[in-house]
Amino acid sequence: MITVGIDCGTRNIKAIVLQDGRIAGTSIVPAGFDTRADARRAFDEALLRAGMKRADVTRIIATGAGRKAVDFASDDIAIESADAKGIVCLLPGVRTVIDVGAEEGRALRVTADGIYTDCAVNERCAAGAGTFMETMARALEIGFDEMSDLYFQSTKEITMSAQCVVFAESEMVSLIHSRTPKPDIVRAIINAIADRVVSIMKMVGFENDVAAIGGVSLNKGFKDAVERRIKMAIIVPPEPLFVSALGAAYSGVE
Amino acid sequence: MGEEREGEEFWKWPESRWKHPGMDWRKGDIITSGIDVGSVSTQCVIMVDGELYCYGNMRTGSESAHSAIKAFTYATEGTGITVKDIHMIVGTGYGRVNVPFGNRAITEIACHGRGAHWMYGPTVRTVLDMGGQDCKAIKIDDKGKVIAFLMNDKCAAGTGRGIEVIAELMRVPIQDIGDISLSVEAEPPSLNYTCVVFAKSEATRLLRSGWSKEKVLAAYCAAMAHRVFDLLEKVTVDRDFAITGGIAKNKGIVKRLTNKLGIEACEQQWYNTTYRDLEAPFDTQIAGAIGAALFGKSLVEKRGK
Repeated sequence: MITVGIDCGTRNIKAIVLQDGRIAGTSIVPAGFDTRADARRAFDEALLRAGMKRADVTRIIATGAGRKAVDFASDDIAIESADAKGIVCLLPGVRTVIDVGAEEGRALRVTADGIYTDCAVNERCAAGAGTFMETMARALEIGFDEMSDLYFQSTKEITMSAQCVVFAESEMVSLIHSRTPKPDIVRAIINAIADRVVSIMKMVGFENDVAAIGGVSLNKGFKDAVERRIKMAIIVPPEPLFVSALGAAYSGVE
Repeated sequence: MGEEREGEEFWKWPESRWKHPGMDWRKGDIITSGIDVGSVSTQCVIMVDGELYCYGNMRTGSESAHSAIKAFTYATEGTGITVKDIHMIVGTGYGRVNVPFGNRAITEIACHGRGAHWMYGPTVRTVLDMGGQDCKAIKIDDKGKVIAFLMNDKCAAGTGRGIEVIAELMRVPIQDIGDISLSVEAEPPSLNYTCVVFAKSEATRLLRSGWSKEKVLAAYCAAMAHRVFDLLEKVTVDRDFAITGGIAKNKGIVKRLTNKLGIEACEQQWYNTTYRDLEAPFDTQIAGAIGAALFGKSLVEKRGK
């Protein structure tokens, strides 16, 4: 059986083709203004990579913020369900997941069956999401990927007093003016987002294994900062951006 | 909307100052100054025997000490007043401890309460100060003394910095946002997000989907009013209700907020009719500095000159 999971995030749309429990093809396209058209493109590209045709697909399951726009899907599921299903299929031992994307941060408790039992979300404030890091990287004139290396070069721990992205931007400008080394500023930024994420994790509690997914989990500095705070190791699966799409595809099998 | 000028900075709100045309400060008994160094703006007020003599309202530079000096110079230009002539200088606001020639520092909450009481009159019981980087709801008694307050300084929504971001994004001069937002025929639904960062992307999406600037600004002002409403609900608003700070000048936010509250805000005019007759501009941003200068007068009276 062939199923396709499509995760419509606010920044990227991810599609995965699943053939009898094996990943046959994936694709990622940036989210523009027409979610339906972008989802269609992601779907077609993933099929192309899998060497399949639309007619071969049994079910298409959409998830993510823009899932209702995918009118060619057979069904859609909540992002929390997709996260839980996807992570347990990849890493059966995981019981706590954090999913930090561009505009949302989420913490989930999951069972061995891939069902989530508790969830806390930050979706109202950019301070706990990827947008925060992106805005800061832009102001520092560095790439998002460079942030991780700089974080590990930092020799001094400083704290930002601002939480809000808008205020943090001005605070950062004064840090730059006072000749604070870039690595220390980057560490302060990553620590700030880690604090926000850990505060939502505390709302659901956490137990081993803990996994991180979503775009921000690609940043090794972020992983380190959260690990230091919760005093537990975090597992980041190989393709952390695709976990929700994978969960959606798996849910189509059942 | 006027012609767009190259390199125009839409967030830059106009600075202002005023001087009493008929008063001779040399004849005064007690001369005090209040300097409110905020994160976005700095005001300096000179009061002679508790009456307003002159003020200046400027944008804060990167260093608060320098801002205080600049605002003092701006306010007193052409008056002949120097720092030596002043019996007491009281600093307030975020940078209050950095007023280099200040004799005292008093919190902006106390100063805004007292300043609003002086500007709007003794019937004021609730003051909403919408500043550059925070928003405060202050309850005061009939003497202008603070009874209770609540503050949001964690989030840019509903603050001056938040509006500056939107002014730049929409390419609309910041002082025109309120009026433009009120020019819509029908009130659009409010933006979903109050977070300035998310509101920015939502506003971009709406513009591309064909919404007019007016409509987007209306939706934005409604979202900001909503954010401030949530804060006010926690203190319960008693009449009279006065608004101070820079955002008090944004009618688009004020009107939507007072509609939601079901309580009218005090008309922005001097309680003391002398200043109405003089046509002194009623600048809602100077309330903190006025309060500081008034505290200065009480301090001088207590200790003697």
